[in-house]
Parts: sequence; C-alpha cells; structure tokens
Amino acid sequence: MTNTPPALELRHVTKRFGSVIANHDVDMDFRHGEILAILGENGSGKTTLMNMIAGIYYPDEGEILVDGELALIRSPKDAFRYHIGMIHQHFKLVDIFTATENIILGIDDGEKYNLKKAAARVLEITERYGFEIDPYKKIYEMSVSEKQTVEILKVLYRGADILILDEPTAVLTPQETQKLFAVLRRMRDDGKTIIIITHKMHEVLSISDRVAVVRKGEHIATVNTAETNESALTEMMVGKKISLNIGRDDPQNPVNRLEVCNLNSESQDGVKVLDNISFVANSGEILGIAGIAGSGQRELLEAIAGLQPLTGGKILYHNPKTEDTVNLCDKTPFEIRELGVRLSFVPEDRLGMGLVGNMDITDNMMLRSYKKGHSVFVNRKPPKSLAERIINDLEVVTPGTTTPVRRLSGGNVQKVLVGREIAAAPTVLMAAYPVRGLDINSSYLIYNLLNEQKKNGAAVIFVGEDLDVLLELCDRILVIASGKITGIVDARTATKEEVGLLMTKTGGDGNEN
Amino acid sequence: MISYLIQSAVTQGTPLLLGATGEIITEKSGNLNLGIPGIMYIGAISGVMGGFFYQESTTHIVGILAILIPFLSALLGSGLASLLYCFLTVTLRVNQNVTGLALTTFGVGFGNFFGGSLVKLSHSETASIALIRLAKFYKKSLPFAKNLGFFGEVFLSYGFMVYLAIAIALVASYVLKKTRVGLHLRAVGENPATADAAGINVTAYKYVSTCVGGMIAGLGGLYYIMDYVNGTWSNDAFGDRGWLAVALVIFSVWKPNVAILGSFLFGGLYILNNIINVSTQIQPLLQMVPYVATIIVLILISVRKRRETQPPASLGLAYFREER
Amino acid sequence: MKTDTETKKKEEQREPLFHIEKNPALSMPRAIGVRAAAILLALIFCGLLTTILTGVNPIDFYGQMIFGAFGTTDNFLVTVQHLSFLLCISLAVTPAFKMKFWNTGAEGQVLMGGLATAICMYYGKALPLWLLLILMFVSAMVAGALWGIIPAFFKAHWDTNETLFTLMMNYVAMQLIIFFMRQWNKLSAGIDFYQLDPTGRIGAFFNGATGVRKYIIYVIVVALITVFMHLYLKYSKHGYELTVVGESRNTARYIGIDVKKVIIRTMALSGLVCGICGFLMVASAQNISSNTAGGMGFTAIMVSWLSKFNPVIMIFVSLFLAALDGGAIAVSTGLEISKSFSDIVTGILLFFIIGCEFFIQYKLVPTARLKALFKKNKEDKQ
Repeated sequence: MTNTPPALELRHVTKRFGSVIANHDVDMDFRHGEILAILGENGSGKTTLMNMIAGIYYPDEGEILVDGELALIRSPKDAFRYHIGMIHQHFKLVDIFTATENIILGIDDGEKYNLKKAAARVLEITERYGFEIDPYKKIYEMSVSEKQTVEILKVLYRGADILILDEPTAVLTPQETQKLFAVLRRMRDDGKTIIIITHKMHEVLSISDRVAVVRKGEHIATVNTAETNESALTEMMVGKKISLNIGRDDPQNPVNRLEVCNLNSESQDGVKVLDNISFVANSGEILGIAGIAGSGQRELLEAIAGLQPLTGGKILYHNPKTEDTVNLCDKTPFEIRELGVRLSFVPEDRLGMGLVGNMDITDNMMLRSYKKGHSVFVNRKPPKSLAERIINDLEVVTPGTTTPVRRLSGGNVQKVLVGREIAAAPTVLMAAYPVRGLDINSSYLIYNLLNEQKKNGAAVIFVGEDLDVLLELCDRILVIASGKITGIVDARTATKEEVGLLMTKTGGDGNEN
Repeated sequence: MISYLIQSAVTQGTPLLLGATGEIITEKSGNLNLGIPGIMYIGAISGVMGGFFYQESTTHIVGILAILIPFLSALLGSGLASLLYCFLTVTLRVNQNVTGLALTTFGVGFGNFFGGSLVKLSHSETASIALIRLAKFYKKSLPFAKNLGFFGEVFLSYGFMVYLAIAIALVASYVLKKTRVGLHLRAVGENPATADAAGINVTAYKYVSTCVGGMIAGLGGLYYIMDYVNGTWSNDAFGDRGWLAVALVIFSVWKPNVAILGSFLFGGLYILNNIINVSTQIQPLLQMVPYVATIIVLILISVRKRRETQPPASLGLAYFREER
Repeated sequence: MKTDTETKKKEEQREPLFHIEKNPALSMPRAIGVRAAAILLALIFCGLLTTILTGVNPIDFYGQMIFGAFGTTDNFLVTVQHLSFLLCISLAVTPAFKMKFWNTGAEGQVLMGGLATAICMYYGKALPLWLLLILMFVSAMVAGALWGIIPAFFKAHWDTNETLFTLMMNYVAMQLIIFFMRQWNKLSAGIDFYQLDPTGRIGAFFNGATGVRKYIIYVIVVALITVFMHLYLKYSKHGYELTVVGESRNTARYIGIDVKKVIIRTMALSGLVCGICGFLMVASAQNISSNTAGGMGFTAIMVSWLSKFNPVIMIFVSLFLAALDGGAIAVSTGLEISKSFSDIVTGILLFFIIGCEFFIQYKLVPTARLKALFKKNKEDKQ
C-alpha cells in the first residue's frame, strides 16, 4: 500500500432488496491509475455494488470514501461531483442527436451554448485517449461500439476520474474490444481509475491490473492479475460445488427428436447472434444450455419457436407418431403447431411474452389453444378447468381464476406459465431461466415438473444460469459463448470449472451479445 | 392580382402559423395537444372579452392599451387552458388524446358561450360583437407601405401580428435548433428517460413548453378576430382552422420555419377559389388539399423512415420515472 | 465534510412530499366511489359556475336540466336519439382502442357512412324502397369500413401515426360531403343539405304514423350492436386476438397471431359500425351536412375511454352525456343562456371524470419528508 489514500474505498457496504441481500459487508479499494476487473457470475451482485458507487442505489449500511474522505452519493449527479462516472450496459442516448449533443445533454455550466466549442472539446478528449469518433455523427447511424464510445465520452466530458464500465465488451467484436482496451490503458496511464465488470476470463487476464472476485454478494478476494491464473479465478468465482439433491433418472430410450443443423441468425443491426449452431435434443432427456447471459440463448430458443428470423440452417423435428421429419425453419409459431409439432416454450420474459399481465388466468390459459374448433367464439370451459387444475396441482396462490396474472407473485406467475406449457403434453419443451427470481420451494417444483416431462418422453431444453442446478438436473450440457457452441459435456461427469471455462471461452469472430 | 393572392394567403395563413408554431413547441416535449383548436378559441374569446370591456369602459381609446389588453387577455386565457391540459396529462397522467379532445369541446363551447353573452350585453342588432375601434390598431400597417407599389403591398401591408407570427416561428426555430433549452426540450420529447438521467427536469419542460405553445396558439385566435375579421366576433366563425393548424404541424415535419411557408400555402389554398374563380362546385376539393397533402406527408415520412423527419419519439405518451 | 451535510440538507428539501405509486389492488367500490365523488364535485362546481355567470339558482338549473332531458316526450325522444348515436359510435371505436389503435377518425367514418347513404338516396330514387334501403345500409357500412381500413393499412405496414392520420381523414370526409352537396345543388351553393327524398317515402318509412318509429329503429339497431360488441369483445376469437395485440405485441408474436391482419380487420369493423351510425343519421333525417355527426365522433372517444372499453358501462356514460347535453340545451333556452353553455358543462364534467382516473389508478404515498413535517408539527404544538 502506498501512502496516498486509494481513489475509492468501500467499507462494510451492504445492500438489500426486500429480503434479498444483494451485497453483504463488502470492503474494497480502488487505486489511482489502475484497471480493476470485477469478476462474478450472473446475479452475484457486482452490478448492484457498482450502482451504489454511481449513485443509482444508496447503500443500506457502510460507507464510500473518495480520496480518503467520506462521500455521500445519492444520485448520478452526486457521483459526478466526486468525479465518478458509470457506463451502463443499456445506453441512454437520444437517437436523433449527434454525438456532441448527447455528450453535453443536461450540462448547464453557465457558459454560452456553443456546439462547435463542445465538439472541439470532445475531439480533444478523443485525441488524448485515442478514440475514433466523429462528434457530428448521429447516434442512429452508429455501431454499438461507437455508441459505447459516446457513453464513455459523456463521462469523461464531465470530468470523471473514476470510470465504471458494466460489461463493456459484451456488445463488441474482438477487434473493437482491443481498441477499447487500448483506450482504457491510456486512461489508466493518465492516472484514472478504471473499474470493469466482466465475465470473460481471458479479457480479465489481458486488461486488468487487479481482479476482485464477487460471489453471492460477497467480496471473496482481490488479487493481482499477474499472480493468478484462469483456473484459480474460476474456482473463486463459481465456488465449491454444492449438492442440491435434485433428482435425476437415466434417460429412457432416448431418440433423436430435434436436430439443429448449422443455424445462423443476425440481429436487426446485422450482427451475428447465432453462429453455426448444431446439436441434437433427444427425447427423454434434459439438455441444459449454459452460457453467460446474452450469449445467444434467447435467440436460439426463439429461432426454434419460430420467432427469430434465420439466415441459414435447418431445424429438423422427428415426429414420434408419424415418424415424419419436418423442417421448422421460416415457419410461424402457428404453422409449427399446425404441423402437429407439440412444441412448448417458457420464455425468459414471462409477463412480456409468455403471458399477458392484464388478462386473468383463464384467458392466459387460452393463449395457445383459443383457436381450437370452428366456432367464432372462444370456449372458456376447457381453459377454465385447466386453470383450476394448475392452481390446484401447482399450488398457485391466487384469489381465483379471474385474477389478472400481473397481480400474482413471481413464483406463481411462473407456475401458471409452466403449467400451461406442460399441459399441452409437449414432445419438445424449452424453458429459459424458469427458476429465475423464484424461491426454493417453487424452484424445486419446477425441477420436478421438468423431470416429469423427461420421464414422459419429452425432449427438454433447459437454459439456466446456476451451474450447480445445470449439473444436477441435466443429462447433457451445451455451452454457448458469443453465439457459438464451445462444448457439449456430460452433466454427470463434468465439473463446474470445466463448464465455467467453456462459458468464458471466446475467440474467433462473431463475438456478439 | 398576384399581390392580392399573396396578401390573402399571408393573412389567411397567419392564424394557422401561430397555431402550428405553438403546437410544434408543445409536441416537441412529447405532448400531443389535440386541445389546440379549443385553446385557439379560448385565446380569441379571452382577447375579445378583454377588448370589449376596455372599449365599453372608455370613450377615448389609447392605442397601446387597445393592443395590450386583448393581447394579454388572450395570453392569459390560452395559458390557463394549457395549464389545465398539463395538469391532467403530466401530473395526473391522463391519456393525452382524451384530455385534448375534451379541451377542444370545452374551448369551442367556452368561446361561443361568452361570445354569445357579449353579443347580448352589447345589445347588438346582429349576432356579433364589433371591436372595430380596437381592431384598427391591430390592422395598422406602415403608413408608407401603400406608396411602395408591389413590394409594399406584398411585404409591408400587414398588421403587426403577421410579423410577430413570423418572428415567433423564426425564434422558435432558432431556440429548438441552436440553444441549450431547445436541445433539452427535444431530448424530453424524444427520450424522456435519457433526459431525466441527464438531470433535465422533464416535468418542468413539459409544462413550460405546453403552456408557451398554447399561448402562442391562442394568439392565432386573437389575430383572426382582431385583424383578419376586423374585430368582429361571431360564433363558430373560426371554423376548423385549429385542426388545419394541427395538420400544418405534420406538413411542416415539426419545423417552425417550414411552417411559415406551409401556412402561406395552406392559406393560399383556402382562398384560391376567390382568385382564380373556380366554380363553387369544386371548391371543397381545393379545401381538401391541405388535409390530403398532410396525410401524404404523414405516409411518406413513415415509409421513408428518415429519422430526422419522424414525430418526436415519445409523442402522446406520459412519462413515468422507472421505480428503482 | 461540511459540504456533505449541506448537500444532504438540500437533497432532503428537494424530496417531494408524496411518491406516486400504482394502486395494485383496485377495488370495485373504491373505483365507483371515486368516480361518483368526481361527478358530484363537478355538478356542484358547474352549479356554482352557473350562478356566478348567469345568476340562476343552481337548483333551478339542475331542475331545468332534468326537465330538458326527460321532461316532455319530445325532449325524451331527443335524448334517446342522442344516446343511440353516441353509444353506437362509442361502441364502434372500442375494438380499435382495445387494440391500442387511437382511432380519432370516428367522425369521418360516420360521415362517410352518411355520404354513402345519401349517394344511394340521390341516385336510387327509381329503385324499390326495400332494395334502396338495403343498398343504403350496405354501402354505408362499406364506406365507413373503407375509411377505417385506409389508416389501418398504413399503420400495419409502416407504423404510420394513426392518431394524426385518422384525425385528418375526418376533414377529408367533411369536404367530400360539401363537394357532393354542391354537385347536387347547383343553383345555390350555400344550402347545406339537399332534399334527398323528394317523394317522402323514406321519411314515411322512418317516421311511421306517429313519428316515433325512427326512435324505435335507433334503439333496436343500437341495442343489437351493443349486444354484438359485448359478445365480440368478450367471447369471440377475434376479440381475444385484438386484446392480445393491444396488450402485448410480443405475446401476439409468441403465439403466432398475424398482427397486421388483426389491425386491419379491427379497424374495418370499427369503421363499419360508424358507417351504420351514419346510415341511421342520414336516412332518418333525409339530409346530410358536414356537421351531421355533430362532433359525436370525438365525444365517443371519451365515452369509450371513460367506460374502460366496457359496452355495458358505455350505455350509462352515453346516457349521462346525452341527458347532460339535452338538459343544457333546454336550460339555455329556458333561462336564456347561450346554447354553447352545454359544451362548457360537458367539458368541465369530462375534466373532473378524466382527472379522477388518476386517483383510481394510483395512490399517493407520503414520503419521509412529509412524515417528518407532520411529526415536527405535532412536536411544535406540544
């Protein structure tokens, strides 16, 4: 430790959201002129911790010190007063404004409004740190990386000395990442403190001076990057394997049910989100999908469900009844159902996609089946009895079948959604993060339901974020990173470290959100 | 002949220009104020009431008061109406379309009711009030304008409010494009969450821009009465000019300086039949042109998807700060 | 350190007295209570305003109002007519609103229905009455639907702003009507209607022997539409689809609803029902003007919204507004106030009812600052 106080210090910082503890008694320090990487799994509390420094949240306990003095940070504006700026994952930019206009938005420094002068200052900053940006370019014409540059410039323009970047490379190509790293290094050499939140192991090793590992809301350790290695960090990040006692039977005569061949897809901005994905999902088996959030899991499931436009590849479904094989590519969800494919999908966004929040439970039951029959009227009897059955079987806490779904708690919403999707007796069941935000009892209920479907011979595809769960529940685990499959492992023999390494393995091109 | 056409187009277009400029300023904050036609009525009748009581109270009319009293009354009336709109849509977060249409119903009724009452008070023979003694101050043009031939007729022959309307549109254009306030206002209308995060007071911007916009539109009503029709109020005479002003906002793709030309174009179409002697049979088709043109503009901007010509992105939506 | 405490103080001062929160469980009695209170307040306010502006005693005022709306057979029938038309248009715009398509073009859709009716009447004088009536009815529906489909088509394909589009279509329709009136009425361009029924057979059909028949027709037709709309929105597959589209485009996509088709189909229905209203208006009056719809196309938007898109509540809201209007007109003639006073009263009532929605949907939660203020007050008193 040097004699000068650290640029920023956290002392016993604790933050709770209701009964959930997001951060517990965190001590951490950040030095002048260093790049510190914060490493942790999804939901480990690293973003919450940084949000407290940036003034988005206020800690329940503990204190934050800037340059050795107690700092009171209650809003992003306060944070700027302490020369702290954060670049969030979701950009806050006005699309039709130029870079400069976005950068100076909200600043009233008492000086005359002068875009030219502001643009000159922006250029000055870009030259100093080696950014490449046209200050007069409109945001909507920009690539993701340019937008990120604008966000960083916004913070620098306001005189930030401590910069926090939340997963900055998640949206960048490797080339763009290298450029960003060069800029960050130059800022560090200029004496600034750079804090970078990331999951990607090789990036941590290449950019950071020190690494702070966060797990389940607690600060595990901060180590010098030069003195550590990948497997040591992975172990710190994922922790020791915990036994959850989720039941798992051996698959009963698995047969090839769904075959995905060389699937490719691009986002609206023309970036590759799925890169040559090929795998087989067998009946009577749970196939887990592991990966850092936003690695293409959502796009993959939506592609199979007929919601994501494809640029190439095949999705072959082998019908167990007719023994026909059909290609589901470029079919709408309705057409897929018409083909006799019993495909159920529990999407990540429960109330925004899987269910309609303002409709009651019965009407939500009908979403899949309302078209049945030739009558112009919907028949509410079957969905109503289905709703009653689900409420009864899955112990949904609700005043009745006429309660709007949005009034239910998170766990009950999920029970309604999963219950509906299972009721269709699917031959393929896809579930994206089905236990996110659920309490332990509801989570186990969902695991049991998935296991039951497996026993019934469905091909279950389970996207999860908790490696312990994936390793205990699934038969095989497919690991996806940046839209590519980095490995398919046997869940019975694989280790947590092995999967963790595959998740953070990147390289080649097509690195994308 | 040409000078008459231009003159008529300008005088017809001025109320539209004021209404459209006001509505542009309002819409730039994300408020789609469909109460603008009502607000223009309220502005007009407030000005008439102020002027009426002044004219009745004195035999000696002072020019400056003859102008100021109706002017300030109009600003007050339309300002209060806009404030009501803001309170309902911004503070109470009520649907903007519903509030705006209710305000138009109210405003037109308000204008006609008080107009009718004043007619009764003035014991006039016809169903109208004449503020001719005040109107002449509104209509006063430069004395030497008549001596300057074509140039004077086309450019200098109008009452002061015509120049004021153009000036307001130019200033509004400048403020929106070239000042910090304009930048912040546009940010509020485009992306209130981003503006809020940047430390801009979204509610204040919405209130101020809507009220200022409403007051400018109110002046449009005032101009129509005090200048265009010589200070005579008769019920429903203002017609659908308020909606034409809303159309002009779209036609000029939310740019006040374009609205200047647009207003003269719309104004010209409004009276074209008087000039080129078209038969009354096809006159309605001419009157339809501004609306059809506006629809075409609306379609074109949505098909072409050029980002600069889109309506403000948050137009019509109430802003809630995300709970965190 | 000192600056910190100062900032803290400043921050606390900036904290508002209330936080606005969404009211999670809105109970029926509370919702009705708030609305009733709002209407009562509005009535008291209007009563006071009347006294101040006109010197009329508020009790007389409301007595006259009720008399004006229901007091005589004629007044009652006028109210029934007004109720029927307003309810019909309100029902028409409802499916579009439920789909979150802001159809501000009901006025124009009604007028187009009326114009189509008038065109049939003008050119079909030689046809047998029954055939003519059917032709009028069908073409009114087609014309109204067409006026709804045009903006819907552009909305579905290019996301063209429907509020402004439908609004502009109103004025195109008005000018079209004036155009046709002038075509038919070559001698004097000023007259705003033309006798479309020279032999009087259509008038006879609608008036019957006593002149009451047309009111019965209104009530029957609109009652049928009400039942239809109630069933359509609540029990039909179409109604279910448009609700899903309105609530969440993403969910609609998820279950494979063709969103474009639903938008166009729903607006066609919306326009079609408006067209029926136009038919009733023009056929029963045997004349047409650009003011035939009388602004009801706009009032209906408020009726539909205030009724929370529920056809049954719509009956009562329409009745309330129709009675208010009829009553206010009677008051204005009886007490020698301008007829436009009814618009003011309607406007004020609407503001109150619109404003009270906030107190149903949200609740104000006192913040720490207000609680501290209260505490301080108490302590000061002690």
